Amino acid sequence: MLSYTLRRLAGAVPTVFVIVTIAFFMIRLAPGGPFDQERSVPPEIQANLARAYHLDEPLGQQYLRYLGDILQGDFGPSFRYKDFTVNELLADGFPVSLQLGLAAMTIAVIVGFAAGAYAALRRNSAIDIATMSLAMTGIAVPNFVVAPLLTLILGVWLALLPVGGWGGLSHAVLPVVALALPEIAFVARLTRGSMLEVLRADFVRTARAKGLSERAMVVRHALQAAALPVLSFLGPTTAAVITGSIVIEQIFGIPGIGRYFVQGALNRDYTLVMGVVIFYAVIIIALNLLVDLLYPLFDPRVRHD
Amino acid sequence: MATGRAMHVFQALALAGLLSLGPVSAWAAAIHLGNGTEPESLDIHQSSGVSEANIQRDLFEGLIAEGPDASLIPGAAESWEISEDGTVYTFHLREDGRWSNGDPVTAGDFVYAFRRGLAPETAAAYAFILYPVRNAEQYVGGEITDPEAVGIRAIDERTLEITLKAPTAYFLDMLTHHMAYPLHQASIEAHPDDWMRPGNLVSNGAFTLAEWAPQSHIRLARNPQYHDAEAVALDEVWYYPTEDVGQELQRYRAGELDVTYDIPADQVAWIEANLAAEYRNFPYLGTYYYVVNTTVAPFADNIPLRQALALAIDREVLTQKITRAGEIPAYSFVPPGVMHYEQQTQAFADWSQEERNAQARELYAEAGYGADTPLQIEILYNTSDNHKKIAIAISAMWKQTLGVETTLRNEEWKVYLSSRDEKNFQVVRAAWIGDYNDANTFLELFVSDAGEMNDPGYDSARYDELVKGGAFETDLAARQAMMEEAERVFLADTPLIPIYFYTTQHMVKPGVEGWIDNIKDVHPSHFLSVGG
Amino acid sequence: MTDALAAVPRSPWRDARVRLLRNRAAVVAIFVLGAIAAACILVPSFAQWPLDEVDWSSIQAPPSAEHLLGTDGNGRDLLVRIFYGGRISLTLGLAATLVAVVIGVAWGATAGYVGGAVDGLMMRAVDVLYALPFMFFVILLMVFFGRDVVLMFVALGAVSWLDMARIVRGQTLTLKRREFVRAAHAMGARPIAVVARHIVPNLLGPVAVFATLTVPRVILFESLLSFLGLGVQEPMTSWGVLISEGARAMETSPWMLLFPAAILAATLFALNFIGDGLRDALDPRDH
Repeated sequence: MLSYTLRRLAGAVPTVFVIVTIAFFMIRLAPGGPFDQERSVPPEIQANLARAYHLDEPLGQQYLRYLGDILQGDFGPSFRYKDFTVNELLADGFPVSLQLGLAAMTIAVIVGFAAGAYAALRRNSAIDIATMSLAMTGIAVPNFVVAPLLTLILGVWLALLPVGGWGGLSHAVLPVVALALPEIAFVARLTRGSMLEVLRADFVRTARAKGLSERAMVVRHALQAAALPVLSFLGPTTAAVITGSIVIEQIFGIPGIGRYFVQGALNRDYTLVMGVVIFYAVIIIALNLLVDLLYPLFDPRVRHD
Repeated sequence: MATGRAMHVFQALALAGLLSLGPVSAWAAAIHLGNGTEPESLDIHQSSGVSEANIQRDLFEGLIAEGPDASLIPGAAESWEISEDGTVYTFHLREDGRWSNGDPVTAGDFVYAFRRGLAPETAAAYAFILYPVRNAEQYVGGEITDPEAVGIRAIDERTLEITLKAPTAYFLDMLTHHMAYPLHQASIEAHPDDWMRPGNLVSNGAFTLAEWAPQSHIRLARNPQYHDAEAVALDEVWYYPTEDVGQELQRYRAGELDVTYDIPADQVAWIEANLAAEYRNFPYLGTYYYVVNTTVAPFADNIPLRQALALAIDREVLTQKITRAGEIPAYSFVPPGVMHYEQQTQAFADWSQEERNAQARELYAEAGYGADTPLQIEILYNTSDNHKKIAIAISAMWKQTLGVETTLRNEEWKVYLSSRDEKNFQVVRAAWIGDYNDANTFLELFVSDAGEMNDPGYDSARYDELVKGGAFETDLAARQAMMEEAERVFLADTPLIPIYFYTTQHMVKPGVEGWIDNIKDVHPSHFLSVGG
Repeated sequence: MTDALAAVPRSPWRDARVRLLRNRAAVVAIFVLGAIAAACILVPSFAQWPLDEVDWSSIQAPPSAEHLLGTDGNGRDLLVRIFYGGRISLTLGLAATLVAVVIGVAWGATAGYVGGAVDGLMMRAVDVLYALPFMFFVILLMVFFGRDVVLMFVALGAVSWLDMARIVRGQTLTLKRREFVRAAHAMGARPIAVVARHIVPNLLGPVAVFATLTVPRVILFESLLSFLGLGVQEPMTSWGVLISEGARAMETSPWMLLFPAAILAATLFALNFIGDGLRDALDPRDH
């Protein structure tokens, strides 16, 4: 177990290196630069800007310089938010995205798993159909429709909750709900599907034949086995959710890091983009490792020897 | 779950804090302003946008300041003299000018700031604003390395002399730009990398920087050291980044914002029906236009074709039915309301659209196109709902009137900029907002040696002569005549097609006082108050 | 054990079809999806209004006799645009899902079944790809190559197979410990035959569920790109473009949101029921 973990961690180093390299050259090859603006600045000012940010050096030299910096944990200054370093922006924004994402994922897993398992046990009942129809609606309506709709109804018309900003618990309600809805739906569908599989599986049938009560059987076998696909899905989704949602953060004005992915790329904020890409990669590698380590707990037949 | 509990604790603490502080602290007059985007920088030399300028204007005060209606008023300088030949400005600083830490504002602070803004290592994108100052351009370009050679010097603590390379009619207006604010040298040298952070930033304006939560808000607090502090009604000014304009309106309607930065164009009808009294719409110093690439076929040396396309656009229909936010149809490049300038217009400005269409078809045929040989062109625009709607409408008008076959090319902002700068387009959407209130900020774009700024690749000796001559002309009337003739030459050649003049749009809560609409869209918090 | 071996019928597909057609909800869903697909093919070709014709007399107008579903902000007929957008969205969703399923099943089943070093290597490749924030890469691709529809579906498909591969691998790991697979193996069946005859058919349930969830994910991701302004080029359109335009006008012009959202939801519901029906029909144990 420990050696497996260490092996995986050692294996992550080249993965991150590959990602840094791909991302560095891709963003640099994109047309346009960080200082292009509506008003083209005179050539002497363009030259000064390039010199100040080392953009006048050959690309290979810039790449080596960048590798040297990140080895020291320095992601450099942001090109777009010039008063802050990328380290500061990530340190400020990540806790917000993390709170928002963890709250949404916790709700999504509990509600989604319960609804999906219940629907599977009461297959084709009215509750099953209602739950699954709701789940489909949750998947079928995009975030950027749900979020303004929620704010319009609850924030503007009924004036129950704040529309935007980030502060107390009341600010978190709408974005967490908007972020959790499609994930609830996804978890519910996945759980129901795999529960139905498991309920028909041989070992459950055997358990039934042995006379185990429905309740005991569900708890002991079915839920455990049904958790596997959900667990597979959780790693990447959690990483995506806790590193922020571009739509939710933009619409609710939440100071997380989600929108830096898109804004950074669109602004050609080279250092910020690289910073969030590396940060995201590390988090997702860690979460995938965690999922793989959890796998044996749910399915004793899978072992990491 | 852990998060949930942490939030409970946080709320409980906040509540306890409120209860304990509530009775003691006095009610603070605060205003909440939507401000578009998260500032690029609060360093006056590192920013280039409107959102940053709004905040910097509250923090700093230049030699000349702007009143509630954006008129020029004495700022850090209480008086000034201009030499006979219009090139030497002598400013007398007010005696009670103070930095927020109590230090006096001196002429040396301006000299320091100007030199810093022009220094090549500062790499200020907007350094060109100060180019009218003698040797400023050469210092930026590295041709002159001695900062003493730049035309700004302190005669004594309270007397500042600025020497220009040539008389510049709009120089006082330019001094309201953030590039011309003073800086507090000692605090910058003490905190070279983070002097603009709360606690470090020393400012001389009506407010100081109290808090900066990136992507969330910036809070300013009144500056008790400010010379006019007793006239400042607000205790706090809150600026919020509001990138989603639809959601900004929702926050305004929910009472979270007192003033919005913008209005979603497709909500204007709803606003006019429901919140008309709070809706502010005022002309702005900007023009929206389509550039034709005069350096390549089919537009090179083809004035009739350019004019045909300009004529076939029904600007009234476009602004009333498509954009619908009170834009003003444009038949000139320089917008109305510019100082020392009479608005020029294209010849067809007062024709009916039928007359324009008939003329357009005639010119189109003259250029060699017709039903069997239609013109095929591509419109380039950057990603935005508004630009998309306009491009669709204009291509439909061209098709219906002339039979032109148009394809649309939508590019993301930075790609669009590089396509435009490399002249990789046939027709491109563009816009220009004046940097200062003078025709020069519009007309200087299209002199033949303006480089990338000259989007159409316009090259006219007569135009160059008039615009460059006007810049050095001291006689205001003669200068005005030259600038106006330059625009007439330009419009006749039609290297671009003006479409509409911008207006600025805000929602302003009824309780907000001192908010006066003006063409520069400048509203210093100094003069604002909130009733109630 | 013998029962498990005998449970693989000689013609599973015909049996499956019979079972599928017995499922009333699935049949209705197939009919609905077919009707939507037919309308997407036919309506734009035969409608009174061309795709990009601006009706200057009714800009952003509510439904009327002239325009049954109203018009958009440029006065273009919404009915035509919705069904034209359906062509793009459905093609995009189905093509990208197909890419994802084919690559994902092959990859995941192989890795899970073979195990050992091969599994490690294959899943490492998946990990590397996973760790790339694909949103960022799709955006850069759109920026590099413009708004090309084919490119968009390749990018979306290439991104979506990773989930499929992981799910399939997880299921395969479970399945391969099952008695009937062990038995086939013990009786000397070649690994490829075991995968094809025993593993893959048993995966069809989760794959069908996943596919019905991937189609909406792809369609929704396309709509997110549209929301960010990186959607298909005018005058083409898609449900994502229409919904994101409608979402901005939801209070003033609800029809611009309601109709495209409704047809998207109907499509996704139909896919859902078809997916469920397929799972039941293809399950070799469920006689």
